[in-house]
Amino acid sequence: MLDPVKAPAVAALTRTEALIAYSLGEWDSVIRQCRAAKVLAKLAVRLEDCGLLDRIPEAPRRHLTAAHLVASRQDQAVNTEVEQIQKALAKTQVPIILLKGAAYAMAALPTARGRTFGDIDILVLRERLADVEAALMLHGWVTTHHDAYDQRYYRRWMHEIPPMRHMRRGTVIDVHHAITPDTSRIRADSQKMLTAAVPLPGHGKLFVLAPEDMVLHSATHLFLEGELDSGLRDLADIDSLITHFSTADDSFWSRLMERAIEVGLTRPLFYALRYTEKILGTRIPPWVQATAIAGSPARPLLSLMDALFLRALQPKHSTAADRFTGLARWMLYVRGHWLRMPFFLLIYHLARKAFAVGQSEQSPDSKRIH
Amino acid sequence: MSFFNSLDETLSAQFSDTGITLELAPFIVRVYTDIPSVLAGLQLYYSEYPVLGLSAFADFHVSLRRPRSLCRWFRPQVSFEFDGTVPFKPLPYEQAYPMFEWGLNWCIANHSHRFLMIHAAVVERDGCAAILAAPPGSGKSTLCAALVSRGWRLLSDELALIDLATLQITPIPRPIGLKNDSIEIIRHFNSSAVIGPVVHDTRKGTVTHMKAPTDSILRFRETACPAWVIFPRYERNAAVRLLPYSKARTAVRLAENSFNYTLLGEIGFDALIGIVDQAECYEFTYSKLGDAISIFADLKAPPLC
Repeated sequence: MLDPVKAPAVAALTRTEALIAYSLGEWDSVIRQCRAAKVLAKLAVRLEDCGLLDRIPEAPRRHLTAAHLVASRQDQAVNTEVEQIQKALAKTQVPIILLKGAAYAMAALPTARGRTFGDIDILVLRERLADVEAALMLHGWVTTHHDAYDQRYYRRWMHEIPPMRHMRRGTVIDVHHAITPDTSRIRADSQKMLTAAVPLPGHGKLFVLAPEDMVLHSATHLFLEGELDSGLRDLADIDSLITHFSTADDSFWSRLMERAIEVGLTRPLFYALRYTEKILGTRIPPWVQATAIAGSPARPLLSLMDALFLRALQPKHSTAADRFTGLARWMLYVRGHWLRMPFFLLIYHLARKAFAVGQSEQSPDSKRIH
Repeated sequence: MSFFNSLDETLSAQFSDTGITLELAPFIVRVYTDIPSVLAGLQLYYSEYPVLGLSAFADFHVSLRRPRSLCRWFRPQVSFEFDGTVPFKPLPYEQAYPMFEWGLNWCIANHSHRFLMIHAAVVERDGCAAILAAPPGSGKSTLCAALVSRGWRLLSDELALIDLATLQITPIPRPIGLKNDSIEIIRHFNSSAVIGPVVHDTRKGTVTHMKAPTDSILRFRETACPAWVIFPRYERNAAVRLLPYSKARTAVRLAENSFNYTLLGEIGFDALIGIVDQAECYEFTYSKLGDAISIFADLKAPPLC
């Protein structure tokens, strides 16, 4: 079994000061794994914070600096994009709750520093979903899934509508109306989380989730959905959020534990605390871990989940994989679907995805150059 | 430091297995492939570049392989990977070598933000560089190939890599892409040019590459001062014309042809303005390469270079 602590990217994030002694060959793996895990800019920020960036050899430092630059631009772009979304939805008067990356950036949390992201996620009241979608369409966003099956799948079974892309800017927005799908085996009380959202000062109808809910949502997203391509990045988000909130406020831990029970998310929180500590060495008080055990699955299942998550939370890179990594990722993908839909539907959906040919979407991220 | 002059079996196995690290300064690239046309292309175009050991830091790990799909049995394809990610759809197998060049361009253009990168050919004489910026089809590469056949040093056929602080241009003298009619034109213009196998029916038509002159490769560490920004245009039967071009328009056109101008923000703007300030800016129309060569021979270096 892979030792998660030994993966160069993980070692780089957790023992940053040791990096100044790395050889160029070691740096080669660090840069590759961090790029694959989308934490290259985060590593640059950490090095800069410890005042060590200048002591890194030039060749790897160039990649760190470039990634940092791209991340800072994205941070600015999020501001502009959120403004556009706000303008588009102004007439509807709907409160907009920013989720994940956009929330971290707009709330100026340390989690946002060096974090790269693609889409903007928002959460709105379910009963206002149609108004929101209509207003977005009116302002140039169009759906990205034209297949009738995909449309039905999202609308019937998911907690979000199909992603919408802006015609001119090419930016993508994911509109959620709940934290978990309605049919999910682990269901969050979305209403409670929506009600507790806190306004972003100076931003009108913009909100972010309350600190505990932000952590719970991040954990839910990572541990219930099946795609962990940016797993290490998302785990680092949780690490950064809980470290930040618990340092700022002593009562954070007890509120977090109570809140998990209240909204029904003790299972994802258990995983989040277990794997941030195991992989990233996050400091979590022993009593918190002891309380979190209430959310643990039974022993045999936990051993299996360890085997799966400790592999899938590695950088998605050939040098951070053993012969079971592919299987682990696949099993978590199937589990993600199993958790969110009834069994018969799961079989139908996976079969459909497996046999769908030529429907993959190319990301329009790059200018072609020849 | 070693050079691979003959591609023996050990070297081929290494390419397929651990990859071979080439110092295509300013970038170190590790290439993994088992495709004969790519190996032959690397041997033809890159044999004069230093080969580094496996412990070297590589900027880009790229591989060219036949994808493991059912397709491979009736329509063989080639897939370009940048360290495990696939930025493009696979191409027909015959296009493997051009795909290596295109893929590497993509890697550089998307990651090398210590430079202001402009889509342009760059040639040098006496330390002064001419940036030939133009959209595809305007004869930029043909002109570039002709100039380096007549004593100009090749800095790049695709990318002007401009240092953000010093404005100096860093060479990356890789093979020059030639397409369609320009292949025969260059063969006639320079009978000693090393031109590789021709690949038909690509997205850009018939393509091949001309090897960078040995002298340009050996001097890959010598940067050059941007002296001229020239927008060339091939026009059938046109009389040769070199006309001064507005600096403001030059700045706008260079920005439009840059890969990372917006990303760089203020430092990118400063570099761009710096270049336009110190360089002479021209629009250039030509129909005969011979005329173009004599016009370029008469270019006077501006005072700052």
